[in-house]
Amino acid sequence: MLILGGALIFIAALSLCLGSAALSVQTTIRSIFSGHNTTAHNILFEIRLPRIILGFAIGGALSLSGVILQGLFRNPLVEPYTMGISGGAALGVSMAIILKIYQSVGLVTLPFAGFLGAVSVIMLIYTINIRNKTLKMQGLLLTGVMISFISSSFIMLIMAISRTEDLHGIIFWIMGSLEEPNWFLIKLMLFISLAGLSLSYIFWKDLNALRLGEEEAAHLGINTERAKRALFVLASILTGCAVSVGGIIGFVGLIIPHFMRMFVGSDHRVLLAGSFLGGAGFLIFCDTLARTLVAPSELPVGVITGILGGSFFIYALARKGKSGA
Amino acid sequence: MRWPGRENRVLEIRNLTCGYDKRFHLKDVNLAIGEGGFFGIIGPNGSGKTTLLRAMTRILKPESGEVLLRGKDIWHIDFIELARTISVVSQNVSTDDLNVGEFVLLSRIPHYRGLQFLETKHDEEIADNAMAMTDTLKFKDRSMSEISGGERQLVLIARALAQEPKYLLLDEPTSHLDITHQVRVLDLLKKLNRELSLTVIIVLHDLNLASEYCDRIALLSGGTIYKEGLPGEVLDYQTIENVYKTVVIVEKNPISLKPYVLLVSEDQRLRARKK
Repeated sequence: MLILGGALIFIAALSLCLGSAALSVQTTIRSIFSGHNTTAHNILFEIRLPRIILGFAIGGALSLSGVILQGLFRNPLVEPYTMGISGGAALGVSMAIILKIYQSVGLVTLPFAGFLGAVSVIMLIYTINIRNKTLKMQGLLLTGVMISFISSSFIMLIMAISRTEDLHGIIFWIMGSLEEPNWFLIKLMLFISLAGLSLSYIFWKDLNALRLGEEEAAHLGINTERAKRALFVLASILTGCAVSVGGIIGFVGLIIPHFMRMFVGSDHRVLLAGSFLGGAGFLIFCDTLARTLVAPSELPVGVITGILGGSFFIYALARKGKSGA
Repeated sequence: MRWPGRENRVLEIRNLTCGYDKRFHLKDVNLAIGEGGFFGIIGPNGSGKTTLLRAMTRILKPESGEVLLRGKDIWHIDFIELARTISVVSQNVSTDDLNVGEFVLLSRIPHYRGLQFLETKHDEEIADNAMAMTDTLKFKDRSMSEISGGERQLVLIARALAQEPKYLLLDEPTSHLDITHQVRVLDLLKKLNRELSLTVIIVLHDLNLASEYCDRIALLSGGTIYKEGLPGEVLDYQTIENVYKTVVIVEKNPISLKPYVLLVSEDQRLRARKK
């Protein structure tokens, strides 16, 4: 855990130093402590720092949500986006873009529309699958996947009938980015993901017991229905918020929990915080690459997380297979 | 916690009807299982043995009737309180990628206090103790997926023991085991029953094992209790032939003097009839 924390701080510092405007380490350090109102200071605090904080919050939230859902479904292939929540958010945003709502309301519209879309999907899957006060997990997964398909079809429909500049907006939003000029949203996101992390620890016993299956968890004195509902809602809200602010940044919620499980085992006391920190670090790192590789323009961060995360994972898996573990 | 008087030290099932999706697997079952006993539940496939066990452990909600633990409806007992009283060894436990030690320690979950975050020395001692009793301490660091079926069954019992229950419910713990392990598991349960005065309620397929080890037996048939009593009362050839629709001969085990059920194949039956 200490190593993880250290790595995270190192990545954050690295990310602070790297950027399209090349600032040396000395300049960086100097401007952090003294140079108010210098260009360097402005770049650091107005451009890079917000992205790092947002990367921390979103990366942590997605990865935490992934680890919770994988624990809940006892299925390692589940990730935050499997549940159709991102689809709902994307649909909400596409509608907002094409209906030009943002012109009348302002910049916060897109995150808000995304959140609205995400929440409606969550409520939809939840109400479909709750019967006799029990949440049907298998059904939850299937409806989630179906809603994912339906909403992506709708998005394609919207894209087909929208004009070029709207199309561009939709595509860029879908690919995900940590560029967010609104400080309030950044702080809110940070608060939500840290609150999510603390709340998840209320359920560490439940998550650990659920590793044995629902009935076994009940035999261990776990109120499984309450745990399932609370954890599903918690993971959904974390995902919904992350997607609304950052767009669809894939793979963090799938890969990082896997990685962490390989390294620290499946005890959720370590795994929850480990995944949060791992996801945070990974996303900050990917974002740094995204904005430095082709500087001064930038790549969509979702592309980097996908390519990097995926290939890294295959590599780790292959190595693990070879060592016979 | 103070329990009511001695006469209440019993797990009682009253007019229990329950099943899945409106199809009833159990109809109007009445049963009282006294504490400290070794109680067997037998019956053909689909007669409702596992359903009964699931109703007793609060997995299945009764359609009507109730299950009373020491006079209290189990659906009104706190989850954690129930888990501290009853522990269950079920047939399919997914064990993930856990190692044996971690797996056994999970049983301490109902004993955690409020904000307790790590296992205490006490928890670890109890887990080690349970593994020592079941002779599984030597696998402590092995993965659950590496050990054999017999060893796995012993580890499941170790986990249930570390939960420090008053009642231990087991669903066919000896199926798929060779006779060495069958006897080992049941001898162990008998010993725990005697030494810790642990109440054992066990679903068994093997009539002879049930006869040898159980103080009392309930024979289920088609979702109702066909007969309940001492092994000698329940296991006579007529009862078994009625319930199992199979020809059997019941003899006495020369050493334990308990009933012993022998099967007769169709060929032999025909040959006997010709004579």
